[in-house]
Amino acid sequence: MSLQATIYLVVGLTFALYIGIAIWSRAGSTSEFYVAGSGVHPVLNGMATGADWMSAASFISMAGLIAGMGYGGSLFLMGWTGGYCLLAMLLAPYLRKFGKYTVPQFVGDRYYSKGASAVAVICLIIASTTYIIGQMTGVGVAFSRFLGVSNATGVFVGMGIVFMYAVFGGMKGITYTQVAQYCVLIVAYTIPAIFISMALTGNPLPQLGLGGDFVGTDMTLLGKVDQVVTDLGFPKYTTATRISTLNMFVYTFSLMIGTAGLPHVIIRFFTVPKVKDARSSAGWALVFIAILYTTAPGVAAMAKLNLHATVNTAVKGGGDLFATEASIKYDERPDWMKRWEVTGLLKFTDKNNDGRIQFYNDKNPPAGAVAAGWNGNELSVNRDIIVLANPEIAQLPNWVIALVAAGGLAAALSTAAGLLLAISSAISHDLLKDMWMPDLSEKGELLAGRIAMASAIVVAGYLGLNPPDFAAGTVAIAFGLAASSIFPALMMGIFNKKMNKEGAICGMAAGIGFTMIYVFAHKGLFFIKGTEFLGLFGGKANFFLGIEPNAIGGIGALVNFGVAYVVSKVTPDPPEHIQHLVESVRVPRGAKAVDGTHIH
Amino acid sequence: MSEDAGKAYWYAVLKLVAVMLVIWFLVSYGAGILFAPALNSIMVGGYPLGFWFSCQGSIYIFVALIFIYAKLMGDLDKKFDVHEE
Repeated sequence: MSLQATIYLVVGLTFALYIGIAIWSRAGSTSEFYVAGSGVHPVLNGMATGADWMSAASFISMAGLIAGMGYGGSLFLMGWTGGYCLLAMLLAPYLRKFGKYTVPQFVGDRYYSKGASAVAVICLIIASTTYIIGQMTGVGVAFSRFLGVSNATGVFVGMGIVFMYAVFGGMKGITYTQVAQYCVLIVAYTIPAIFISMALTGNPLPQLGLGGDFVGTDMTLLGKVDQVVTDLGFPKYTTATRISTLNMFVYTFSLMIGTAGLPHVIIRFFTVPKVKDARSSAGWALVFIAILYTTAPGVAAMAKLNLHATVNTAVKGGGDLFATEASIKYDERPDWMKRWEVTGLLKFTDKNNDGRIQFYNDKNPPAGAVAAGWNGNELSVNRDIIVLANPEIAQLPNWVIALVAAGGLAAALSTAAGLLLAISSAISHDLLKDMWMPDLSEKGELLAGRIAMASAIVVAGYLGLNPPDFAAGTVAIAFGLAASSIFPALMMGIFNKKMNKEGAICGMAAGIGFTMIYVFAHKGLFFIKGTEFLGLFGGKANFFLGIEPNAIGGIGALVNFGVAYVVSKVTPDPPEHIQHLVESVRVPRGAKAVDGTHIH
Repeated sequence: MSEDAGKAYWYAVLKLVAVMLVIWFLVSYGAGILFAPALNSIMVGGYPLGFWFSCQGSIYIFVALIFIYAKLMGDLDKKFDVHEE
């Protein structure tokens, strides 16, 4: 069977599986929809959370970014796992005791103010929409390869499918569908990694293979990668920091607290049966996430080595990297490169007109390259394609390539749908029904939710055509926005009895405002190209302590904490009953079933 | 629960969380970022140690921390008699 037919078959089968499960275990009522996780074994619940959490950023984009960044890319690995510790220890059990469904509901009740709740809704919408832009970028990459079309067409097809998938509604909330998605996703991620680790190191586990010896030599694999990339003029793989140590530190911090501030993740811990379960369920979720996250660095380093070995035969064979015959002829390039050229995400320009592909760092050209007459790097590979192209680069069987395509789609669709539901319920329920139009009918609420979803998809899709960054980079910005707004408000709500509504509102506004200004100065007003305003700040990128915009949410969170503290000191204390409420939230006993109503 | 017992419980909780978060900080921001260059001169299982902490070790320790925390919190809840019935 041809590769294309195999991809259609595998993707089709996995979709049939999700739909089959959804029909078989349809959620009947709203509360069933929300607490679908409650009757489920904690291990299965962990898998479902894993599917919800791991998106196109984790699956499609992250390993490619790490391959490009080397050691510096570890900030994604630490940042997107370490946040679960904060969730388990600082938020989840207390939010569960509080007994509400959504973040805006908690903020509204704890800060006895609809205004605070409205600010939380706005922060949530900004962060979630940015997150979906990243998903659209990833979905565009997956569909362009899957259908053999341009990247732009891939984004349009993705918009249509995501909309249908999200409007299908309850499907996403059903834990068993997500368990199936997790299984597809993790199998699709690990199988090619095992194949490749086996081929390169003889050790089937990529976690150990990455530390193993490169086959046929007594050199470690990492040593080999270090040697190849430094010979070609790139920074040393195992020590290349991301811009600076400070930037890496703040970036990691931003991703960690962003994890603990994203509404679609938090909601899963609102709805576990007991406070006790809220603590351990974060652990189970992290177990299943860690399987992918500890595999990813192996995938990254090995894909990098294989990519260089594909275009330069001296990488694996040994010998002179700069010998004429070492660089492969463009006409004899492997089929996978031709397939990716169609999407426009992989490009070759023959700068020295020798018909061969020279792939190296021309900003720091090695002496050998200059001597050999190399006239600039000739191959550009979009980092977002690395994971999807990885099995093709390693010449794995067709069914593995097809499986990876299905896994990427599962990851992107499940998360995009989850976020769209969070946006739609925030707008239709928390904003419209609770604040502006209390007598909105259930039907009207549903319609408003769908319109909100459709608008979010159109906006995210449009911006996804000219994305602000690679998929994982855009998602990192979304985490920064959540980190600078939601997390501090939740944490202070639990750990600082005296935090009042004035403090919380000013803190959220200052935190997200600071973060947005910094990000938009670099990436354009609301990510629209051409509207960058770095000029206002001296025109130099990363002007604040050399911190990149993707990482600035970490500083935004500190601004939030600081402003909130100062404002709360000069304004009246929260009412007595709120302070008692906070005290009761801190104790597990007396936890009631979750309900969606407000206390005032 | 009396006010004193409530305070004692909350103090114990904060102490436990603080210990956990110190370890959390040391393995990621410490070993994985700030001290990574120094640790990289030690090789473990083919990995430079700082690099290993940043892309493997910290994640394993995060998982362990959450389960240890959950267990110790369960014990605390029982000790102060505030656990769920």
